[in-house]
Amino acid sequence: MACIEARGLRKAFGSTIALDGVDLRVEEGRIVGIIGPNGAGKSTALHAILGLIPYEGELKVLGRDPWSERDQLMRDVSFIADVAVMPRGMRVSQALDYVGGVHPRFDRGKAEGFLAKTNINRTSKVRELSKGMVTQLHLALVMAIDAKLLVLDEPTIGLDILYRKQFYDSLLNDYFDRSRTIVVTTHQVDEIQDVLTDVMFVNHGRIVMECGMEEFESRYVEVMVRPENLPAARAFKPMHERQVFGRSILLFDQANRDDLAALGDLRTPGIADLFVAVMGNHGADQ
Amino acid sequence: MTADPLVAREVEPSAQTRPMYWSIRRELWENRSVYAAPVVTACIMLFGFFISAITLPHRMRAAMADPGKLHGVVAMPYDTTAGLILVTAFLVGVFYCLDALHGERRDRSILFWKSLPVSDRTTVLAKIAIPLVILPLFSYAVILVTQLIILTANTIVLLGNSSQLAALYQNLKFVQLSIALLYAVIAIALWHAPLYCWLLLVSGWAKRAVFLWAVMPFLAIGVFTKIAFGSASFFTFLGDRLAGWFNKAFIAPQKGAPQLDPLAAMTPGTFLSTPSLWLGLVFAALCLAATIRMRRYREPM
Repeated sequence: MACIEARGLRKAFGSTIALDGVDLRVEEGRIVGIIGPNGAGKSTALHAILGLIPYEGELKVLGRDPWSERDQLMRDVSFIADVAVMPRGMRVSQALDYVGGVHPRFDRGKAEGFLAKTNINRTSKVRELSKGMVTQLHLALVMAIDAKLLVLDEPTIGLDILYRKQFYDSLLNDYFDRSRTIVVTTHQVDEIQDVLTDVMFVNHGRIVMECGMEEFESRYVEVMVRPENLPAARAFKPMHERQVFGRSILLFDQANRDDLAALGDLRTPGIADLFVAVMGNHGADQ
Repeated sequence: MTADPLVAREVEPSAQTRPMYWSIRRELWENRSVYAAPVVTACIMLFGFFISAITLPHRMRAAMADPGKLHGVVAMPYDTTAGLILVTAFLVGVFYCLDALHGERRDRSILFWKSLPVSDRTTVLAKIAIPLVILPLFSYAVILVTQLIILTANTIVLLGNSSQLAALYQNLKFVQLSIALLYAVIAIALWHAPLYCWLLLVSGWAKRAVFLWAVMPFLAIGVFTKIAFGSASFFTFLGDRLAGWFNKAFIAPQKGAPQLDPLAAMTPGTFLSTPSLWLGLVFAALCLAATIRMRRYREPM
């Protein structure tokens, strides 16, 4: 059974179409990054998956209909939205009590263990914690829940680089165990490149590209082309071309690496660069 | 014993969860006014009545000849305590309801609450339980304790005068009073239920100006009917919704008539056969059902 399965998922807010017939399948044990510009429909898709909004089309998460079974579904799904959703008037100890009191799969000892590695005081109120600490607290709560699916919606927005790095490190080291599934959206794309198993680009409510990271690495290649080789390189039909410090970087999809190696240095492109290339091409269609 | 972690994960969680209990607990954590306000009111009253207890023997002596007046002098601190704490609880309940489903959308914490396996029904019922169950019972307890402290203070002040002490206990049937008070607290909760449920509904619906949305429609209808038909009946209806419980649940004390025993003044039959009580409760239930349904659709603002 797929962890998330959507067919013809549609959602409109008034005349704005946020999701335009999305077909989606996320298998168990994947870490999927959903990448897209603002207003592309990322959050709408996540909110539909979490049962926060009604939608048209078919959607099953862990075999359940999220809209009609949200509270049941949340036994197996955890969710971190951006950093500002923890109730600010609650104390840290109360947050532990509460989650322990309502969540059958919460392991309080585990959460205490994660918190012990931070500087978070058990008697502090959430509003007294820094942004980074609130995220650490939320992550400690979520990682102590034995969930099958974890959804992260811009989880590290507004955090400094140390907290961001730590966030994904703990997630990989202390949480992810290949039987769980993680779906994440973020603008800090390159930070999660090594974390993901799959990447999905969305724009205008549609999935414009999806591939596994292994396929990504074998399929796409960037060449720093020496100026004299530029015409030759262009003949291989790059999907995108950009200038960095006076040198041309050409991005190829399924090109012959031996041919390209003669023209300059090869490397795997960053997700952000591919994103720009794909979006540039798609932007032209609109 | 297998130590396979995959098997362990499939075992049904043994941890006992109590979503309703913890939902109410967290409402109290987040809204300390629910228990702080009645206590603060009680403390202020206690302070005042401690001072006035000093002059109690003097005032009782002046009223000894007139049983009606004497009853007034003796019972006043107890009635006032109960009345003011109940009014405090009412105000706390009103403002609690106005913010209950608006605040969680304003500060985005609704996303946190909805990320946990707690249904919208549990959440909404826990919220309405605050003004309908928690506040009345807690206020009742605070009133009882306050009245007991006042009674102790009065007793100590009157210890030197056995006839005044006897008059105190004759005019103050504490046990009957406590029972009548519990009855009153329940009657008020039932009577005000539609009001709280309406406020909760508006709190979940309005994007801003919750208080205005909650109050203005009624004022508008009242003013309109007054201007168009010269009828003040809608305002009478509103007044009845606020204070009408008393005349239905109790026999109102008559001027000059002998003071009724608190228990004899209770008229639960009349109260329970008042159609507007039941209409109000039906309205309350409809509001709650709508609120629960609406919370499914709610997102941060």
